[in-house]
Amino acid sequence: MQSATETRAPPRSHAPWWRRWRIAEAAKVVALAGALGWLVVRGAGSIGYNWQWFQVPRYLWRVVDGELIWGPLVKGLMVTLQMSGIALVLALLLGVVTAIFRLVGTRMQRAVARTYLEVIRNTPLLMQIYVFYFVVAPLIGLDRYATGVIALAVFGGAFASEIVRAGIEAVPRGQWEAAASLGLTRTQVYRLVVLPQALRLLLPPLTGQAITLIKASAIVSVIAVFDLTTEGRNIISDTFLTFEIWLTVAAIYLAVTLTISLAVGALERRLGEPAAA
Amino acid sequence: MNRRDILKTPILPAAAGALLAGGAVQQAQAQGGEIRTALAASSLIEEIKKRGTLRVAYGAFKPWAMRSKTGDYIGFEIDVAKELAKDLGVTFEGFPTAWDGIIPALLAGRFDVIIGGMSVTVARNLTVNFSDGYNDTGVGIFANKRLAAGWTKLEDFNKAEVTIVARRGTPAANSVGVVMPKATLRQFDEESPALQEVVNGRAHAMVGSIPLPAHSVRRYPNELVLPFSGPYRREVSAFAVRKGDPDALNVFNNWIKLKRDLSSYLADRNAYWFGSLDWEDQIQP
Repeated sequence: MQSATETRAPPRSHAPWWRRWRIAEAAKVVALAGALGWLVVRGAGSIGYNWQWFQVPRYLWRVVDGELIWGPLVKGLMVTLQMSGIALVLALLLGVVTAIFRLVGTRMQRAVARTYLEVIRNTPLLMQIYVFYFVVAPLIGLDRYATGVIALAVFGGAFASEIVRAGIEAVPRGQWEAAASLGLTRTQVYRLVVLPQALRLLLPPLTGQAITLIKASAIVSVIAVFDLTTEGRNIISDTFLTFEIWLTVAAIYLAVTLTISLAVGALERRLGEPAAA
Repeated sequence: MNRRDILKTPILPAAAGALLAGGAVQQAQAQGGEIRTALAASSLIEEIKKRGTLRVAYGAFKPWAMRSKTGDYIGFEIDVAKELAKDLGVTFEGFPTAWDGIIPALLAGRFDVIIGGMSVTVARNLTVNFSDGYNDTGVGIFANKRLAAGWTKLEDFNKAEVTIVARRGTPAANSVGVVMPKATLRQFDEESPALQEVVNGRAHAMVGSIPLPAHSVRRYPNELVLPFSGPYRREVSAFAVRKGDPDALNVFNNWIKLKRDLSSYLADRNAYWFGSLDWEDQIQP
């Protein structure tokens, strides 16, 4: 019988990531980033763009009388992080419930889960935000922030449920049978045998989902929540510093999502160690 | 006198210096002439003349530029741009452009000038050049009847708990930070979602160019109200062009001066588009 641990692709050394990242790899990344940066600068240079980077820091922070005041972009980042954080937790809950409905639910539960999944997965997020904000929210008195969070959670939940379902189904049949033959109840099978193994399989795709959610949260700018994207667009319309602000905003999103990728990578390796499995 | 002595006398170096300087000035004059010719030849105005079209960008804003029943754009800006093209002896080519991309597109040379109700601010002027003002835009406010009951002056809206909505990039959005700095300004890309915010009571008021306030109150008499009539502020709109082209700016400025001060063209067009609703049956409902 094959356990999930054994099916894991290539064996990894236990050295920390910064040592496993070979110099050649690092050089490739630097070269690629350099080439992209050069393209942007050349592109802007060819239209005679007048870079005004010196204007950007004040939108990140200012120091007034020795006191640090966060600028709109940092405040926007906080809103983005908070919103996507709450939405992610809700999306996971929603995803797990939907997956369980689909796997072991009654016919009614399966139909509900399936309908939710297909409707959300096959319509644009922008439409969903508009429907939530202009149709649903006034009926139940939701404010724009809550609407944004819920719309993102519902959107993320649909994708998360498929990930969770695939993860649970990927746990080898023999594990279920072995657990059942030990006399464990259905709940115990899930809690003690299946979910711990599924969790490790789920981490990479769920990280991808978390990153998607953070980037998708930019769409709440259409309902004027003060997230990072909204703040960036407002600054641009005030100052016309289009490239400087958009590149800064993109760099902030990149920094956040890369940090998450690296953190989850580390977590994955911990879970992957034999002692933890 | 030996050579050393000659060098010591002040006459020779002075004469040599004068000769050199004279040559340099002459050369500089010649160079200056070339640079001037090159600059003038590379001006936008030359490009427009040679191409035979004036490429103008604008956003879809009512009543600056809006879709008519036949699908063309009509409005104040369109009239101004067409008149300018006619006077330059070229044909008009319109570029309806989303606000987000309008500045990079201008800098990339997709079109020649933005005639799009852009209000002049110092912060924006650091990035693009503005012509003289060709239009004063009156900015007015309308409010939710329930939330702003009894509010009759602008000061009533200048509070931290008040939410004002506006369309992003409009002169009206621009004015809020100046006259109602304490209120929270939320900007929308389109007019109708912003309007819905006030109708639904999620924002206290919306600001917009005249005649939007009166217009909106007429559409939603039960939900909306005018706290006071007339504009509370005037914003100056100007053409936006790329930096570093004094020739183009000079042509645009003088055209504006002629149409504003020596003829009533701009005033007439302003009165027609902003002061009346005679155009209403030409546009899509």
